[in-house]
Amino acid sequence: MQTRKKFMRTALALTTGTILFAPIHLSAMDASDAPESVTIDSMAKLYAPVEFDHLMHTEYASCEECHHHTTGVQVADPNCLRCHANTPEADEVSCVGCHAADRFDDKYLATLDDPTIYHIDKPGLKGAYHLNCIGCHVIIDGPTGCQDCHAMTEAGEKRFNTGKHAPAGGNTSGAHH
Amino acid sequence: MKKLNRRSFIKGGLATTAAAAVLKETKSEASGDFDNYPEGMGVIVDLTRCVGCRSCEAACNKEQGLPEPAVPFDDFSVFDIIHHGEKRRTDETAYTIVNRYDPPEIDHPLFRKIQCNHCNEPACLTSCFVNAYTKTPEGAVIYNASVCVGCRTCMIACPFYIPTFKYSSAFTPRIMKCIFCYDTRLKNGKPPACVEACPQEALTFGKRRDVLKIGKQRIRETPGKYVDHIYGEHEVGGTAWMYLSSVPFDKVGFDTHVPKEPIINSVKEFLAMVPMVLTIWPGLFVGFHLLATRKDKIQELEKEKELRKLKENDEKEEQV
Ligand code: SF4
Ligand code: SF4
Ligand code: SF4
Repeated sequence: MQTRKKFMRTALALTTGTILFAPIHLSAMDASDAPESVTIDSMAKLYAPVEFDHLMHTEYASCEECHHHTTGVQVADPNCLRCHANTPEADEVSCVGCHAADRFDDKYLATLDDPTIYHIDKPGLKGAYHLNCIGCHVIIDGPTGCQDCHAMTEAGEKRFNTGKHAPAGGNTSGAHH
Repeated sequence: MKKLNRRSFIKGGLATTAAAAVLKETKSEASGDFDNYPEGMGVIVDLTRCVGCRSCEAACNKEQGLPEPAVPFDDFSVFDIIHHGEKRRTDETAYTIVNRYDPPEIDHPLFRKIQCNHCNEPACLTSCFVNAYTKTPEGAVIYNASVCVGCRTCMIACPFYIPTFKYSSAFTPRIMKCIFCYDTRLKNGKPPACVEACPQEALTFGKRRDVLKIGKQRIRETPGKYVDHIYGEHEVGGTAWMYLSSVPFDKVGFDTHVPKEPIINSVKEFLAMVPMVLTIWPGLFVGFHLLATRKDKIQELEKEKELRKLKENDEKEEQV
């Protein structure tokens, strides 16, 4: 029950973009510990928040496929195994705990320059979601279109010159010069 | 008379060689080695990550205040456009373009974003004789529209066909190309708009030397995923924007025949000519002027001589 609570808390952390600390557990988690649903809205601007059906996704992927070495379930990637063969469940399992919401923050960029850090190529939060989600969706034929997962907002339509903000000419040939 | 001519030629010749000698030295300095910008920023574009969503194109359009596109940025039919046998290119209305490639080796398409590669030793810069271009310590290759004379030399010099021109009026040509968002972002330590917009982090931003390390790590740690090459690490002497690909680069539209050294090295002689002409111009003109005036004088002299001869002859004839 405690782990479940923890997951709810990390889910909350994910939504609000803050990090909460939870007690350490040495046992591995499993799908039953997972929250049923997570609202991903920490970066929603051009697109509406995503209502992520976590429970449904546990039927498609095991914990470590998305949470890597943090849930106590052994990772499959041989490259990760070199160091994480026996890594116990981590304090922090939510995406934002490791994947910076601000990928371009000075402090974060400085870590890329630090010779003592192995993980110099950790995507930011937005990159982590899309790489993981779309990477898998392509393989299992899941939805891959932008608006299949999140509807475009008014600001998005403006950015993309689409919908209400589509070019007046309606020229669909798209021909260049 | 012949002597005079030759002498003035030699004088002019001396002036030219002197000017050329001076010029050569300054030129080789200016053609420069921008390796002294070790803190310069860079981007690794990973073709295996790009999904062709065109978010980068949309972001660039807004950031740079470019004209409204012909079709929405979420219209993917643009990937089928072939113009004069070529895929879409960057132009004065779009500093960055994403194109789709369908290499037969793999069962899915690859997308490639193009923009200015912000060369370490930019051919556009070295070829420009009014010095409209600058490579900033942050890594961006920017330009000064107010000095550009619209000669289009940079368009020809750029190995990636990037600079284009907008002629808002016949007298104010303006170079139009990606500037690494220098004015609005890079200068202030912020990432370019296209990089920030990319959902896939297909564009990895950091110091050039750091992203190069990241690229190498990706190649090493995911064997078989990438071809063992980072396009732009050495091409044309190195570029700030570099590429990773899962198929050979020539299969996805890259020119793999560009030299591995700065363009300036292979065309130094020719490029040195451009500003040289300018420097020796005054000398040449003085020479031409001297020649011309000499010629005039000589002609006058000759005329006088002939006149005198004629007179003499006349006089002789008269005498006879
Ligand atoms: S890609 Fe072309 S325009 Fe850009 S810096 Fe290099 S030579 Fe100049
Ligand atoms: S760096 Fe800036 S100007 Fe260049 S393509 Fe990206 S958004 Fe456009
Ligand atoms: S935004 Fe990123 S993923 Fe989308 S087309 Fe541009 S480079 Fe590719």
